[in-house]
Amino acid sequence: MIEHVVLRVIAKLLAPFIVLFALYVQFHGDFGPGGGFQAGVIFASAFILFALIYGVENARQIAPPAVAQAGIGLGVLLYAGTGVAGMLLGGRYLDYSVLAHDAGHGQHYGILIIEFGVGVTVAAVMITVFFTFAGRRGVLEAREDTGVPHDGDDER
Amino acid sequence: MGEHLPILQVILPLIAAPVCLLIRHAVLCWLIATLVSWVCLAIAILLLLQALEGGAIRYQLGSWVAPWGIEYVVDRLNGFILVIVAAIGAVVTPYALRSVAEELPERQIGLFYVMYLLCLSGLLGITITGDAFNVFVFLEISSLSSYALISMGRHRKALHAAYQYLVMGTIGATFFLIGVGLLYLMTGTLNMADLAEQLKPLAGSRIVLAAFGFIVVGMGLKLAVFPLHLWLPNAYAHAPSAVSVFLAGTATKVSLYVVLRFIFTVFGFEFSFVGQPFGPALLVLAIAGIVVCSLVAIYQDNVKRLLAWSSVAQIGYMLLGLSFATALGLQAGLLHIFNHALMKAGLFLAMGCVVLRLGSCRIEAIAGVGRSMPWTMTGFLLCGLSLIGVPLTAGFVSKWYLVLAALEKGWWPVAALIVLTSLLAVVYIWKVVEAAWFRDPPGTAGRIGEAPLVMLVPLWIVVAANLWFGFETSGSVDVAKAAALALMGAVE
Repeated sequence: MIEHVVLRVIAKLLAPFIVLFALYVQFHGDFGPGGGFQAGVIFASAFILFALIYGVENARQIAPPAVAQAGIGLGVLLYAGTGVAGMLLGGRYLDYSVLAHDAGHGQHYGILIIEFGVGVTVAAVMITVFFTFAGRRGVLEAREDTGVPHDGDDER
Repeated sequence: MGEHLPILQVILPLIAAPVCLLIRHAVLCWLIATLVSWVCLAIAILLLLQALEGGAIRYQLGSWVAPWGIEYVVDRLNGFILVIVAAIGAVVTPYALRSVAEELPERQIGLFYVMYLLCLSGLLGITITGDAFNVFVFLEISSLSSYALISMGRHRKALHAAYQYLVMGTIGATFFLIGVGLLYLMTGTLNMADLAEQLKPLAGSRIVLAAFGFIVVGMGLKLAVFPLHLWLPNAYAHAPSAVSVFLAGTATKVSLYVVLRFIFTVFGFEFSFVGQPFGPALLVLAIAGIVVCSLVAIYQDNVKRLLAWSSVAQIGYMLLGLSFATALGLQAGLLHIFNHALMKAGLFLAMGCVVLRLGSCRIEAIAGVGRSMPWTMTGFLLCGLSLIGVPLTAGFVSKWYLVLAALEKGWWPVAALIVLTSLLAVVYIWKVVEAAWFRDPPGTAGRIGEAPLVMLVPLWIVVAANLWFGFETSGSVDVAKAAALALMGAVE
């Protein structure tokens, strides 16, 4: 869709604001509606919009699949790591009260960090899922062009 | 660190999974998965010992107190199930090194261990949690990862099997969630112990009855109760060998545990068995499952699929014990969970060795394989004897207690049926043994060697366990008895 000048310009204009809105939903999640899940999806939608207009290849250069896949693991680790930190500081797993000098701040930091972990993982998963499905077309076309037969179908 | 054992049981594999995702190196991931599985087994054994000695262990996540926060509870029943799941995991991972390297493309091997660790974490989590909604969360973790694991099978049919399981499993999980939602609607709580208290005055409520139905049918799908079992044979037959072993030994057992936990602890014995004809309904399904699926197993010519059909039949035996609604019947059912995990894991382990060498486990392909792989096929034979229920094997013990429980109720025909259907198991096990030992190998086949030691050792550990728990029965029988009495005692 790169030939449509309106789409091209608007997509370019909107993308940073979508990312900004995602970050707002992410970090305002403990006061208002929002949180990691929603923010992750909104964040990823900026990349998906970009990929739809400018093509998957260009989007891949901005968010390389390897980085996206690492994000899946890092987000979970951030979440679980916060839980373990609570354990190491003398509380129970996911006990945020011990994370700071007083319980109120601890709870606040804890929820911010784990929600950020959720956000990273959700965004990374959304981007990876989109790339996987979008990249599938190339694979299928290549297979038809070269006439590579499908995998053997013999039952074992 | 002792007080944190219940949470470590679940989060060790949960943390190891993303670490493996970041590493991606096949052997390193295998090493991590193996270490984590062994540590999990050690933790499970420690927890069971603690629970047997001092009663239930409770752990509050995030220090939020019980009815509001999520609580992990280890008592005799789920301590027992934790040990089964962790033990199968600990046996499968060393075995997976060669088996998975052979059956999966190089780039997927790291991901395989990620999925395995998530599945292990999910199954342990379902078992350990004392929160009804938390069960659903872990159910999804274990289910989603097992769909991915099954789809890694080397034929395209594995994708179809995984998709079939995904559809059925999702329906099951949704039903379960609807049931939990209805309970929450009625009581405003999700903690199992609290639910049990709140539900007592609500015994006549239709909504609670509907919740019971949704939960039992939903878990029945995951458990592969007779008419809801159609996803299972394909899933086990087409999954990579190591996955077949792991799922056959754990997934359905954990689902059965959830059913037990809900009907005894949450709804209570009175509600489940006295207020409605749940026992007789279960009895009919169990017997139908045993007879039909054993007969179908006889006509299979793929050994993995044959074993899968036999699994559905064996689930029938476990439910049969449950349907008696007596402490002895329950004990027999629990024993069969344990023993069936041992024998089916052993049989699938042996078939994984055969697949490694022959690339197939169809009956005509394995002709004469007993001569070239004597250790593997002897292991298969011994586990097969255990499946049939020959004395001095683990299978005999659970069948014995099942017959005793049937006789205690005075149900002679059921006792006779247990013995008769064991003969059906003789037929399908013999079919494999006959092909492997008494037929000539196909002329075209080259010389094949015995399976590698790293696969034979796990197989023979399981075989030895089958013999040990058939001979020295006090350990498993006592734990099953303690768990059964705890379940029945919780209501009387």
